[in-house]
Amino acid sequence: MSTPWFKRLSEGLTRSRERLEGQLNVLLRRGPDVDETFWEELEDALVGSDMGITAVTEIVARLRDLAARRALPDAHSVIALLAEEIAAEFPSEYADFLSETPVTILVVGVNGTGKTTTVGKLAKESVDSGRRVLLGSADTFRAAAAEQLDIWAERAGVPVVRRDRGADPAAVVFDTLHQATADGSDIALIDTAGRLHTSTDLMRELQKVQRVAERESTAPVRVLLVMDATTGQNGLQQAREFNSALGVDGIALTKLDGTAKGGIAVAIARELDIPILRIGVGEGLADLKPFSAPDFAAALIGEA
Amino acid sequence: MFENLSQRLQDVFANLTGKGRLSEADVDAAMREIRLALLEADVNFKVVKEFVASVRERAIGQDVMRSLTPGQTVIGIVLDELTGLLGETNARLTLTGRIPNIVLVVGLQGSGKTTATAKLANLMRKQGKRPLMVACDVYRPAAIDQLEALGKELDIPVYRGQGTDAVAIAQAGVKEAVANMRDLVIVDTAGRLHIDEEMMDEVVRIKNAVAPDQILMVVDAMTGQDAVTTANAFASQVDFDGVVMTKLDGDARGGAALSVRSVTGKPILFASLGEKLDSLEAFHPDRMAKRILGMGDVVGLIEKAQENIETEDAEALEARLRTSDFSLDDFLVQLRQIKKMGGMSALLGMLPGMGKLKGGVPEIDERQMDRVAAIIHSMTAKERRKPQIINGSRRERIARGSGVTVPEVNQLLKQFAEARKLMKQFQKSGGKGLRGMKLPPGLGQF
Repeated sequence: MSTPWFKRLSEGLTRSRERLEGQLNVLLRRGPDVDETFWEELEDALVGSDMGITAVTEIVARLRDLAARRALPDAHSVIALLAEEIAAEFPSEYADFLSETPVTILVVGVNGTGKTTTVGKLAKESVDSGRRVLLGSADTFRAAAAEQLDIWAERAGVPVVRRDRGADPAAVVFDTLHQATADGSDIALIDTAGRLHTSTDLMRELQKVQRVAERESTAPVRVLLVMDATTGQNGLQQAREFNSALGVDGIALTKLDGTAKGGIAVAIARELDIPILRIGVGEGLADLKPFSAPDFAAALIGEA
Repeated sequence: MFENLSQRLQDVFANLTGKGRLSEADVDAAMREIRLALLEADVNFKVVKEFVASVRERAIGQDVMRSLTPGQTVIGIVLDELTGLLGETNARLTLTGRIPNIVLVVGLQGSGKTTATAKLANLMRKQGKRPLMVACDVYRPAAIDQLEALGKELDIPVYRGQGTDAVAIAQAGVKEAVANMRDLVIVDTAGRLHIDEEMMDEVVRIKNAVAPDQILMVVDAMTGQDAVTTANAFASQVDFDGVVMTKLDGDARGGAALSVRSVTGKPILFASLGEKLDSLEAFHPDRMAKRILGMGDVVGLIEKAQENIETEDAEALEARLRTSDFSLDDFLVQLRQIKKMGGMSALLGMLPGMGKLKGGVPEIDERQMDRVAAIIHSMTAKERRKPQIINGSRRERIARGSGVTVPEVNQLLKQFAEARKLMKQFQKSGGKGLRGMKLPPGLGQF
């Protein structure tokens, strides 16, 4: 439990702990008794992580049952078991396509989740692992999105393909993938404009982008959904909609360096079985870390 | 999708009709439903606890137990409390008489500050102000370029200073406004985490340097439970005056609005509803309360309908509705319009009373709508006008013609009959078709 990202994560949590009551560690501090109040507070704490009342009710019921059957002696052992149960909600076997070569990755998500930043960090990660990287700036909608990606590209030292603002994003994808083939790139990372999953037109635009990518890419095309850890129950709806429109292959969960726990990821894993591949823990180039279900579960319930 | 709270409360109380009076256990059951609805809507669990306690008190103190429609009485109390908590209607920016007025925009990363800054400048210009936007986000790559591009689009000047000292840029921005006869300065700041002490200190220094009239915190409507932590931290350190809720054009229930409001006591002033730069509106607590409860944003739905339905179609439809001459052909037209408005699933969340249709409106995939269209296309003109003539052999023919099963045809006819009934109710309640759509009776008092 002492990987560097986790340290940062738990530092963030420690800071918030000083200000926040009602979290799970309070459960540990309140003594070893497993009584009704314990279960109520446990439920509150999990709800407070944004896991959603449906998932929480189900997990707490299961835990109560297990605790009774295994005759768990105290609160601490219940919470240790809870961590295991939460970790087990995440898919255990999956391919980390972000590390595959060659690959084309469409980075999608709602507005403001940190797509462009994540692309920048992924570029750096890929360069560091010795791969040839190309970025495509298919967010032709938001003002200065391309300029923002340019700066990340410069930081990571990789080329970027772009067109003018307002251009067809599918055209940028076309250009990017042709250049990727010509350059012999190992990984093409395509940044797309943020869009609400409720916008049919924009979701359709994204499907077109995907079609063009699949047609023009010589490498397999994968979809990475970038999700903000501060998101509440709407996150599940986002994942459902992007998944049904495109088929989401993996998730990057950003902004875990704040006090939000990202519990919605558990609800998403339960329903859609999409793996989380990376977590974002800061604004620096190196602040993108691999996901570990046990570490995430431990941080979620405040056990550090 | 989560069921409408009013429907669920009606279900809770429906089992009790005939019992004469409600027990406390019945009220408890109702409170559980309210709690679930609020948690699903992302209202913070501690806020939910307090809220449910106060609703419970009022519910017991009032005539709920004697009421003939306890479900509706409880809903009335919930809505009333919620609307009251969310604040007064149409709160406005409170600006002093000094020139220039200064507004400071703060918030977390990705909440939509830069866009909100531009939208606010646009709105204030419409109200007669001459705004200048000041770009103080010196951290996020190209954030300043973004504000500048938005300024260009709106033809509103943007001050971009030099260097990386946000405090100095803010001060210089105010000077620039004075020099150029601008009477409103809107300062966009970098997104910052509430636990980042250095960054929180920076925003406090900006505040002290320019002494804004108003500080607005931008909050993403999709925010979950953590909204209270963030809002509390910003309130205690920056002491903002009001909130702008963003991304309300999505389908998030927006419980964060209630959380933020109830832990900080700060009013929610504006709602931001789209990608266009004129989509900043005054905040409506009543609409928000219904949205949080999953009761549908009827006004929003009507506005959306007006944007998307061709006037001619709408007028023709209105006329038909008035004469209750609503046929399957009109149903087809409606299906097309629904498709245009983003499909059924997008609309469902906005529509109240859907639970009133027998069996609810099942999960509709958009292909289902194509199948429905195919079924109607396989009917004769007469059948479309008078579906009651469709007997067994006609049903078989229609099923064969559209490649579906007879039960599917039956289901459509049943749904159509329900819809027609609903239309009639709309009319009786004095609605004038889609333009002045009123709620069906039973929901009307909300």
